[in-house]
Amino acid sequence: MSAKQWDRVVTGLLWGAGLLIIGVLALFLGYILFKGLPVLSASFIFGPSSDVSAGGGVGAQLFNTFYILFLSLLVAAPVAVGAGIYLAEYSARGRLADLIRLSVECLASVPSIVLGLFGMILFINLMGFGISLGVGAMTLALMNLPIIVRVTEETLKTVPREYREASLALGATKWQTIARVVLPAALPGIVTGVTLTAGRAVGETAILIFTAGTTASRLIPDFSLAAGGETLAVHMWYVMAIGLVPDRVDIANGTGALLILVILTFNLILASSTKHLRKWLTGM
Amino acid sequence: MTEAPIKDLRLVYDRYIRYLFLASAILMSVIVLSILFFMGQQGLQTFREVSPAEFFLSTKWDPLDEKFGAASFIVGSVYAAFLAVLFGGPLGLAGALFMAKVAPKRVRDLMRPANDLYVAIPSVVYGYLGLTVLVPFLRDELKLGMGFGLFAAGLILGIMILPTVISISEDALRSVPPSLEEASVALGATRWQTIWHVLIPTALPGILTAVILGLARAIGETMAVQMVIGNTPLLAKSLFSPTATLTSEIVVEMGNAPFNSAYGNSLFLMALVLLVISLLLIVAIRGLIRKGETI
Repeated sequence: MSAKQWDRVVTGLLWGAGLLIIGVLALFLGYILFKGLPVLSASFIFGPSSDVSAGGGVGAQLFNTFYILFLSLLVAAPVAVGAGIYLAEYSARGRLADLIRLSVECLASVPSIVLGLFGMILFINLMGFGISLGVGAMTLALMNLPIIVRVTEETLKTVPREYREASLALGATKWQTIARVVLPAALPGIVTGVTLTAGRAVGETAILIFTAGTTASRLIPDFSLAAGGETLAVHMWYVMAIGLVPDRVDIANGTGALLILVILTFNLILASSTKHLRKWLTGM
Repeated sequence: MTEAPIKDLRLVYDRYIRYLFLASAILMSVIVLSILFFMGQQGLQTFREVSPAEFFLSTKWDPLDEKFGAASFIVGSVYAAFLAVLFGGPLGLAGALFMAKVAPKRVRDLMRPANDLYVAIPSVVYGYLGLTVLVPFLRDELKLGMGFGLFAAGLILGIMILPTVISISEDALRSVPPSLEEASVALGATRWQTIWHVLIPTALPGILTAVILGLARAIGETMAVQMVIGNTPLLAKSLFSPTATLTSEIVVEMGNAPFNSAYGNSLFLMALVLLVISLLLIVAIRGLIRKGETI
């Protein structure tokens, strides 16, 4: 085969790979929605779940999913943005910054089941809390930290140096410069990072099984931190792996579709909001 | 004079807020060290009752009989992760090449959100698809044993690591200076010759980083694997016979194991093994990046 023919073959193969990647994704999403959408009814989405009989809903799990997500971001975001600010604005180079960056990378690579066991030792066995929504949220926050740190640092670094110089030249202190010039300019990027994190955390399971547990409150919504914190993803796993309900396949199908819808929404927000947000915040 | 105290306050803020950021940053290191410490402290207690040789080399796992050999889980994890790279690595690299060099802008604009969605699909959903589609297909259509096992786990994991491999190797391919490519094309090389002889060798550290990160993600993945591996604490006889991995075994057994028993501790030791493997992979990537910078 001549070099030109070979080139054409490989180009064809690369097209094949690209189409395969998109095709598999479309097949996955289509299958889950096709199986699950018919299950979705108001009584399924908002109703209480059942342990033994058919017809249970996922109302409590749906609420828990967003409540745990919200709490975990509430804990993680301020700390992570603070750490990102330190790395980008105060100590770009140096041993300490390197050590912290290495720690962030390591934290990002800790398998989620290991984080779950760590949360279990720390919050349940040492501090004496029960398996609950609050403990699940705290543990999930550990997973959110590294992504937000990294996104914050990267985004702050893209803010032009002239912005800082102009602000400092006007007599602003470093903190004033960060708070009024650098952070607003970087906010769209940081919000994107937080949304990205939320999209990942919403489907997290392994972290939550032994910290938030596999039971949900009878009350919907139950804001108590001590309540059982079963989320949609955990519920989906639990009914398939251990569940006793006769309609578990339906429940798993419906829960899967609900999760996919939530994730599609997150990604849509992510894709459309950043542009508007940037316009609105920077006036450009 | 009235302005002086305000100005001072400004400077005081400026000085102390720095420590707040520093504390947040140091917290990252504290968390990583405490994870290592607690996992180590809990896991290593296993060796008071179980010898390291038994834990790492024996495949006999029977908690009721006080047998805690984890070798089949370690082999299972490593095997499944390598299968994942075998399936997901070449396809991911091809996808990255397609995105970076072949795809027209419109198709590329479709690939990027697709990649984001691959990341966003929860691992239970991957596992569920494996359990309800892939495993029955392997079992009933292809007659490959029970369907559960390393092949199913490797294939699902291969798909799950695609976005990692694609996005990082695409970055690496894009950061190759255009002048190198132009020189190759000017010498009469075809696109494929340029890719093979110039692009890939130059981007190799980045591509390897992508593959190692994919490996790390595969070895730590829990839910999807647990749902398709078969959960049998035996060394796999074939790619299509039920077995278990470190992560799947932890999820299945943690609920039954009393805290501080040899049984419970051995599960924490398995988590420690996972943790050490992931940290070693991160160190390997650091080395690669450093090597990439010196070239």
